[in-house]
Amino acid sequence: MTPRRKVWLLVAFLVALHLPVIFAGFFAPYGFAEQNRDWAYAPPSRIHFFDAQHKFHLRPFVYGIAPDPADPANYATNFSEVHPLRFLARGPSYKLFGLLHANVHLFAVDAPARIFLLGSDAYGRDQFSRFVCGGRISLAAGLVAAGFSLLVGTLVGAFAGFYGGWLDDAIMRGGEIFLALPWLYLLFAVRAALPLHVTQWQVFLLLVAVIGLIGWTRPARLIRGVVLSAKERNFVAAARAFGASDLYLLRRHILPQTWGVVLTQMTLLVPQYILAEVTLTFLGLGVGEPMPSWGSLLSSLQQYYVLASYWWMWLPALLLIPIFLAYFWAADALQEHQKAVPL
Amino acid sequence: MSVDRRHVLMMSLDAAVAALLSSIPAVRASAQEKPKSPDSQPRRGGNLTIALRSEPKTLNPAIASDVSTLNLIYCLGADLIHINRQTQRTEPGLAKSWTASRDGLVYTLELRQGLRFSDGRPCTAADVLFSFQAYLDEKTHSPQRDLLIVGGKPIGVEIVDDSTVRFHLAQSYAAAERLFDGFPVLPRHLLEPSFRAGNFAEAWGISTPPGQLAGMGPFRLKEYVPGQRLVLERNPYYWKQDSAGAPLPYLDGLTFVFVPSEDSQVVQFLSGDTDVLSRFSAGNFQVLERQQAAKGFHVSDLGPGLEYNFLFFNLNSVPPEKSPDLNRRQAWFQDAAFRRAVSLGIDRQAIVRLIYFGRAAPLATTVTPGNKLWTDSAISPASHSPQQARQILQGAGYSWKGDGSLADSRGNPVEFSILTSSSNEQRAKIAALIQDDLRQLGMNVHVVSLDFRATVDRLLNTFDYDAAISGIADGDADPNSEMNIWLSSGGMHLWNLNEDKPATPWEAELDRLMNQQLVTLDFARRKKLFDRVQEIEAQELPVIPLVSPNVLVGARDRVGNFHPAILDPSVLWNVDSLYVR
Repeated sequence: MTPRRKVWLLVAFLVALHLPVIFAGFFAPYGFAEQNRDWAYAPPSRIHFFDAQHKFHLRPFVYGIAPDPADPANYATNFSEVHPLRFLARGPSYKLFGLLHANVHLFAVDAPARIFLLGSDAYGRDQFSRFVCGGRISLAAGLVAAGFSLLVGTLVGAFAGFYGGWLDDAIMRGGEIFLALPWLYLLFAVRAALPLHVTQWQVFLLLVAVIGLIGWTRPARLIRGVVLSAKERNFVAAARAFGASDLYLLRRHILPQTWGVVLTQMTLLVPQYILAEVTLTFLGLGVGEPMPSWGSLLSSLQQYYVLASYWWMWLPALLLIPIFLAYFWAADALQEHQKAVPL
Repeated sequence: MSVDRRHVLMMSLDAAVAALLSSIPAVRASAQEKPKSPDSQPRRGGNLTIALRSEPKTLNPAIASDVSTLNLIYCLGADLIHINRQTQRTEPGLAKSWTASRDGLVYTLELRQGLRFSDGRPCTAADVLFSFQAYLDEKTHSPQRDLLIVGGKPIGVEIVDDSTVRFHLAQSYAAAERLFDGFPVLPRHLLEPSFRAGNFAEAWGISTPPGQLAGMGPFRLKEYVPGQRLVLERNPYYWKQDSAGAPLPYLDGLTFVFVPSEDSQVVQFLSGDTDVLSRFSAGNFQVLERQQAAKGFHVSDLGPGLEYNFLFFNLNSVPPEKSPDLNRRQAWFQDAAFRRAVSLGIDRQAIVRLIYFGRAAPLATTVTPGNKLWTDSAISPASHSPQQARQILQGAGYSWKGDGSLADSRGNPVEFSILTSSSNEQRAKIAALIQDDLRQLGMNVHVVSLDFRATVDRLLNTFDYDAAISGIADGDADPNSEMNIWLSSGGMHLWNLNEDKPATPWEAELDRLMNQQLVTLDFARRKKLFDRVQEIEAQELPVIPLVSPNVLVGARDRVGNFHPAILDPSVLWNVDSLYVR
């Protein structure tokens, strides 16, 4: 496979992974905040094609489950209750892209039955719906923060590399100070000082700003290196000899050379920043209840009994692995692609 | 909010009615099996390992204030009159008997004969006098000092002879003899120099060599390795004997290890590294229960304890220029109808079921079902009725907009935040349930979890919050342990701290009732006064009681005489008679 083809394949795979998150309302059978208090910690629903009599059903179905009266922590399957899945069914209304009202869901089962693909949490909320909805915050935070820190990193790194001298020193030493700050404690202090009424948007912006601010120094160093070598190239020298201005040189000849590094950094940073959001939310600095994010889905794993008793609470963590892998593969493929294409 | 020292220690209960208490901690054994062989032939020797949540801060009983330190000091010292945690009655400690004057103002205590400190030196009335001088000295800043102030004056102590001490109270005091619990007698010969030098509060720091320490408890310090363990050995001079006349304690020693989190304590207990376990969640109880038969331990559910969790609104007077928004919201909070509607909107059964896995009791007042004696049975249990809540809100001038959201009479949307400490998982989860419950009433509630310090700072100092969920664990069932919560001047009067005078007529009545019960010696009359307190509480809802978690404990099967109690220290209270099978 040519490197170019590989890149496109991986990008397609990434887009496919992101579709359920982008159209979260459509893919999620329930609202992310919808509590089903009689279905706390229900295990993942099993989807069947064959019923107890080994009869094949074209339409997949789930069996009804109910808390075991003898042991409320366990659920008993009722094999006589068959609930077929309905596709493109009407259900709770949601907003697409925060604008369009819609109520069609990819799949659903008729009440009173429930379908929990990834099980349910302590409040009986559908973990699958929360996973796809939670991805919105986490992915957006990852993408926006990566874009932000790359933008800052590229600008700062390019200036430092291009002009050199004291400006370079000042910028790079400043970046090191940023790296050395005890961010976690600073964050706790910032959260404690903020007003209690912080909207989800404000928290989101705070997350992005914090992750982006901490993150700009590393890309800045890389870009600076690229710029340092690029500005010594013959065609740059030639352009300069023809009287090109600094800004023109940067824009026309030098920054385009950093493009490959920026793209690779992007694919590396996005999963890192998603993880950063997960960590911050895990520590209670993320969006509050009932809004989910991948971080808040994982934070329940802090409790030993959740780890020990409810294995399906691990599933969101497992699902994150292919997403991160896809990003890293894309980074690899991009790098290969760059090597294959001469400058 | 953690346990207040005052609440741990304020162990007072009317002696005149203690006989009624015989039925109290009937262990609601879920899976607990009483050992087949009776506890009549305990074996001598052996060691137990116990986990503490944190390293002790001091070895000085006068300044100890956190649970870990108090648990340790409980094993090192002894008090004059002791509250048996299981029967909840007083029993002779270092004092073998006592008499009260008819007016209840003078108590004469007779010490046991031949008492010796753990270093072998005799313990006499002079040590008792010295101890109370030290506890009462203002320079000591003892957290228990307030308990020894009765009727506005410190208790007077006087030596009658070598083994007799007399205490003078300025005012008659309900259950005065229960005051003595929690005041271990200190050795004058070791501590007097620092007391005279005015630095008693710094004496007996955690790094004090064992040779400079002595107490009257069943154990004495043998070794302390900072960060690792603290080892106690048997006190050979301990004054107590078992019913067969054999000297106590049975154990050769105790080893305390420091395990900072509940979950790691559970894992260590599961792996057999520690012998007893307390203060763990219902979720962990489920995990342990499944493994108890295979792993040689048992866990027990003792039923509701005295801890209560509650929601309360910020009724503190905050200057309008400081927070106009808060002032606007306080107009709702100050309305008892609003608080009643919130209370009716909360599904307490769901809290019990989903968060405590059924191991908690819903509350209508802050007096828990664990408190058999003082609960006012006339108060109906808390009900959940969104419909009734809506009627009350409507009656109070609230209305609903087209989208179902609630607005006050001026059209402002009802939106507020609930603050919890992120260190308590259960309370953070309760907040999320309440958020959903109140959404059904059209209220837009935000849940905010902050770390413990930031939370306490907002609740006690800056008053920058709307509502909060907190919990208090009383040390005793007696109403006296609730004084600083109900008195408008009390330090735990959380919803409105530092009131100059009662802000409302019902708070004035609470002040009157609580002060009156304090000096009423007759139980029936005291009960009547405290019933009225609970009625006011249920009516006005200064705090909205939620649930009382059950007391959950565990021990390895090899631990003999394990009789946990709902009062602290629930598994170590009879440490002198625990033994290894």
